Amino acid sequence: MIQFRVNGEDTRVDVDPSTPLLWVIRENLALTGTKFGCGIAQCGACTVHLNGSAIRSCVTPVAAIEGSEVTTIEGLAATAGADLHPLQQAWIDEQVPQCGYCQSGQLMSAAALLSQNPNPDDEAIDAAMSGNVCRCGMYPRIRAAIKNTAANNPVEVFDPAMDVMEDASNG
Amino acid sequence: MGKWTRRAFITTGVLAGGALAVGVAIRPGHRALKVAGQVTDGDEALINMWVKIDPSNRVTLIAPHSEMGQGAQTALTQMLAEEIDAAWDDVAYMEAPATDDYANWALGKGYILGPADVPQALIPTINGAFLQVAKGMKLQITGGSLSVRTTGVYGVRVAGAAAREVLLTAASEAWGVPVGELSAADTHLIHEASGKRAPFAQFAQAAAQYTPPAKPTLKRTEDFKVIGTDRPRFDIPSKVDGTAQFGIDAQVDGMKYAAILAAPVFGAQVASADESTAAAMAGVHKIVNLGDAIAVVADGYWQASQALKALDVQWTSTENDKRSSEDLFTQFDNDIAAAASSGDSKADVEAGEVEREFANAVATVEATYRVPYLAHACMEPMNATARVTADSCEVWIGTQNPLGFRYEVAEALGLDVEQVQINQHYMGGGFGRRSNSDSAVQAARIAREAGVPVKLIWSREEDIRHDHYRPAVASRFRAALDEQGNIVAWDNVYHEKHEPVGAPVIPYAVTAQKIHHTDSPTHVPFGPWRSVDHSQHGFFTEAFFDEVAVAAGKDPYTLRMSMLGDKPRHQNVLRTAAEKAGWGDELPRNRGRGIALQESFGSIVAQVVDVSIDEGKLKVERVVVAVDPGFAVSPNGLTAQMESGINYGLTAALYGDITIENGAVKQSNFHDYPMVRMNESPVIETHIINSGEAWGGAGEPGTPAIAPALVSAVFDATGIRVRELPLSKQDFSDWG
Repeated sequence: MIQFRVNGEDTRVDVDPSTPLLWVIRENLALTGTKFGCGIAQCGACTVHLNGSAIRSCVTPVAAIEGSEVTTIEGLAATAGADLHPLQQAWIDEQVPQCGYCQSGQLMSAAALLSQNPNPDDEAIDAAMSGNVCRCGMYPRIRAAIKNTAANNPVEVFDPAMDVMEDASNG
Repeated sequence: MGKWTRRAFITTGVLAGGALAVGVAIRPGHRALKVAGQVTDGDEALINMWVKIDPSNRVTLIAPHSEMGQGAQTALTQMLAEEIDAAWDDVAYMEAPATDDYANWALGKGYILGPADVPQALIPTINGAFLQVAKGMKLQITGGSLSVRTTGVYGVRVAGAAAREVLLTAASEAWGVPVGELSAADTHLIHEASGKRAPFAQFAQAAAQYTPPAKPTLKRTEDFKVIGTDRPRFDIPSKVDGTAQFGIDAQVDGMKYAAILAAPVFGAQVASADESTAAAMAGVHKIVNLGDAIAVVADGYWQASQALKALDVQWTSTENDKRSSEDLFTQFDNDIAAAASSGDSKADVEAGEVEREFANAVATVEATYRVPYLAHACMEPMNATARVTADSCEVWIGTQNPLGFRYEVAEALGLDVEQVQINQHYMGGGFGRRSNSDSAVQAARIAREAGVPVKLIWSREEDIRHDHYRPAVASRFRAALDEQGNIVAWDNVYHEKHEPVGAPVIPYAVTAQKIHHTDSPTHVPFGPWRSVDHSQHGFFTEAFFDEVAVAAGKDPYTLRMSMLGDKPRHQNVLRTAAEKAGWGDELPRNRGRGIALQESFGSIVAQVVDVSIDEGKLKVERVVVAVDPGFAVSPNGLTAQMESGINYGLTAALYGDITIENGAVKQSNFHDYPMVRMNESPVIETHIINSGEAWGGAGEPGTPAIAPALVSAVFDATGIRVRELPLSKQDFSDWG
């Protein structure tokens, strides 16, 4: 029996201690917001917080988290004491997700980044976020959403790098 | 009817159907009454096949398109809200069930009818015929960048306008006033003279009894209030809090989990399997031999995957056991050479006196371009959950073709189609991959053998090694130049012809052209991959054009412009991209700029790429993209698709390389099949041109131009001409 806390609740599971935390979260605890992407810590889809730091749950044996505090995407908003974490709101404002499969992991990595560096520059964003693959390629929007959430930055709605022209000459 | 044939149907259909006049009926006869039970609950009124209204005045679009992040469900709902005059807060989207009634007849219509108008009296008959075709092909596909420009244009707008008209008729009857005195706005019907105002819902049941008009009046572009504006996507809130339900998230009572290993060499079978160790492992429930694959069913996925590794499987030998990528490319080169010398090839384009032009040419440019196989690598690995009884099968999955999957699962299990149900989920990436039913069929077969519901999850390794790949292709070119450096002849032979059929055709005015193809089959499975044949030919033709321009001593941009005299839309797109990017400006040392143009799926796209090379490392700094989709229904959605299409194509151009070794795919996961990541993603600037021409697609047109613009930028920076992707094979260590 392994004991830890998930999203603020005491949890006990009876599984093979070598089982990766990812499968315990998804199958034993039925928290399916955390995703399986690669199984070898290469894509970040499975990112959760372990005592506040971002980890890849697909390669973390559940035995290693005995007594620890785990936060999943389902518990992210509560860490901000709100219905939505500011990053989740920024993700909506910037219309970040496409397929959305990687976004739980992206948000958990971004939240861990901001908790340690409230105003990251591009380099810091690259360093913290390059472990998370987005196959839909929404990196420019993820970057914008993080910057807009960071301290002292106004929130802009939608992507500023867009421009619509009416072309009467061909109509 | 094979899946690939269905894909042919939709991709070619676009070209044929692009200019079809909008005035079409929403359905033959009054089928709405028949399907009401499939799509309505309680007091909801089904106004026509595509539109229902509930007592709270919620207006729901019912359409056969699934969501993989492309945003089509929201864009289609915008089209309904516009035509029916509903307030945005009152509209919703419902994905049509996987039934023949919701087969995608709009695709069939666009394909068969082509650019022709139809006499009013024939419309019900013709629409009936389209539905039969779509049913026959089990068409319920989300793909081909088609949702908005076929279903939206031919279906949703017409259905919305028709629903509006029957609502007006019902109100006119109830209030005893002429219909001409009524108007609709904000989900309400209004009689201004008397001050009467009532919600749609009040007349919905009555309106549902009328046969909708075949040719309702559509809104004019200049009157649009919802189409052409940005509305927040319906699916996004659930994708930021973990509640979005992808196929892999399905929960079925009593289900167990399966891990699977398919024969590494395509076409091999299980020869023998020593199950003794695996069968004794904790949690293992059943080991299932599917012939070409073997699966372990266990209480949890981790247990299943560990037990799978403990299986000792021997595979049958095949004639391809020693085949490698080198062998395949040698075969391609030989088949192309044979086709070129024998003339035994099929023509895409044949115009002018090609051989005479080459004989008289001042200079000839020759090159062969090559691209490798590519996996789709959707973030959500292939999976499916199935529950099977003696006379039923239920499948939970995210699919680009629910109706097709339903038929294929039924066929695999020997069930009637009516005994199979598909429960559609969000897709964690599609890109063409989720039009193939392999994991659904496997899950159903495993669940039947196991006797319990089973969630089958492919490992990433299975996902990379058992894709239906973007084909590896070689393409051989010759171009003839005259004394002024004009391109006077264009000769191109390639292999692996799929769709769209026009992909290798160049837009430039070259009088003498010969574009031919031949066959060179391999044992590697192939399938549609974002932008399909444009993903190869966009690179081949545009990169070669750049090479020819340089050989002719001309600027690649101005040469293109000079050869597009009869294509003002193409010129405008190209000019916009060039001007916004500062084409012609001086660049610092070790910087380069390249340009490319590609029309695909009804939209015209030009891209200008800036690269830098610093200490031997290539970086893509910026992409400026101009796109003319005719009209952008959702400008921010189109912009997102450009950004996504570019980064998808950039991953392919920089890194994408599936190679064959000993008959099998060598790569296995993101460490050896890398993706563009945050630190490599360029700044992307999108410029949309609403030309007012026929509406084009969004999901795929962003992809083809990035690779040729990128290699042109690399040439500009270094003088290195890259003719084989990916660029990661190129050594830049002497640069920067």
